[in-house]
Amino acid sequence: MREIVIKFSNVDKSFPSYKHPGIKTMLLRPKTLGTPRKRFIALKDISFEIYKGEMFGIVGKNGAGKSTILGLIAGVLVPDRGKIEVKGKVVPLLELGAGFHPELNSIENIMLNGVLLGASRKMMKAITQEILDFAGLNEFSNQPIRTFSTGMVARLGFSIAVHIQPEILLVDEILAVGDAEFQRRCLEKIDQLRKANTTILLVSHDTNQIEKFCDRALLLEDKSIKLIGNASEVIKAYAS
Amino acid sequence: MSLSRSFDLVFTLTLKEIKVKYRSSALGYLWSLLYPLSLALLFFFALRVVLKVQVEDFVVFLLSGLFAWQWFANSLSASTVSIISNASLVKMVKFPYFVLPLSNVLNDCFHFIASLPVLFALAIFHSKSPSIQWMAGSILIFLQLMTTLGISLVLASLNPFFRDLERLTQIGLNIAFYATPIIYPFEMIPEKLKFIFYFNPMLPVIEAWHRLILKSEIELWLIGLSLIHSIFWLSVGFLIFSRFSKRFAEVL
Repeated sequence: MREIVIKFSNVDKSFPSYKHPGIKTMLLRPKTLGTPRKRFIALKDISFEIYKGEMFGIVGKNGAGKSTILGLIAGVLVPDRGKIEVKGKVVPLLELGAGFHPELNSIENIMLNGVLLGASRKMMKAITQEILDFAGLNEFSNQPIRTFSTGMVARLGFSIAVHIQPEILLVDEILAVGDAEFQRRCLEKIDQLRKANTTILLVSHDTNQIEKFCDRALLLEDKSIKLIGNASEVIKAYAS
Repeated sequence: MSLSRSFDLVFTLTLKEIKVKYRSSALGYLWSLLYPLSLALLFFFALRVVLKVQVEDFVVFLLSGLFAWQWFANSLSASTVSIISNASLVKMVKFPYFVLPLSNVLNDCFHFIASLPVLFALAIFHSKSPSIQWMAGSILIFLQLMTTLGISLVLASLNPFFRDLERLTQIGLNIAFYATPIIYPFEMIPEKLKFIFYFNPMLPVIEAWHRLILKSEIELWLIGLSLIHSIFWLSVGFLIFSRFSKRFAEVL
């Protein structure tokens, strides 16, 4: 029996509806404070398990709740109901530029980003060179990253996330990083991580990616799970 | 969350704030001096030259309050938006979010400490002899740090939910500036109104700085009052922050 690293049991999640009353309403009509605001439901009765070392895909239309699942795994969202168990260090691949400061150079940004993602300063010092080498940014290491191209920033972000020894890597729509050469190295690195038993979650509506990389996948439809299983089966169901 | 992890975060984020401030402008350090200095000049002109207000050593008086106020006001403005401006991070990564406002407060604290030599030099230039009592400034710095952090935590945790708070903070800071004896001496406040002023969290610290720099006096009641404020605000700050921080990712 393979070890379970992520387990959702009957999880519900809702969000406050976008429009909040604002201070004016609160001051003028204090009664509104007591009445619960309408919440909009993002996930209903979600249960699934992910095993250690697996590459797992989540597919579904826009707004199906894919990113909400990642937020729940990362622990930044709290479920309304149900139980979530996560074992191991979770590292998300951040959206472009998040956790960086444009004025700092890449060495300083590696430290900043790594520490924010959960690594220690000591560890970051030790792996800075490795990260720079992998991202191919050695000669620019003293430039503020505001001078970098989008691709260079994305390469740096990817390189940091995969070098701080994640046990569970969360990837939201961003495997299209950098040029062909860097893409090839990304895939190599992901292979390497999988051999080291890293669990990888890939959220995408690019069905090709899911089918190509993932062992199993989950199809979200109408806030609930429609199907869990073999990646190619799930993709077939999604396409139809 | 372990202590060393929090320490690493606070250290790294504060260092980032300090570096960014010095790097992104040509004048760097001078900016943390120029703004309070220009304010001092402004008030000196309006109050001394035009209105002929009689306060001894007016420039030193003004600056010994303005530098501390600057720290307080800058920290509050920065902290209020600290969660929102890191939205993409807060939505994806779990870490003790209080380190965000804390690093803002520490950054401004650093700049305040860096401006102290200028204040001391100016005091000496105005024939105040340096005294051993000035060491008590470190206690004032500590008390102001606690108070500022407490209020910053309140503002940082509420702003994602009521974004009008950003504007309200600016208005509030303007009012609070004149409600603090910075450009007028504490003694000039009408006796009957003084008790209201004691609710101002910055009053005891600013007044303690005045007495310390101008008269080399350490007023225990001011330090005591300041301690009460810092304990109160820090408790309220952490209470509200811990309650609201769980929902940050939902509303960002």
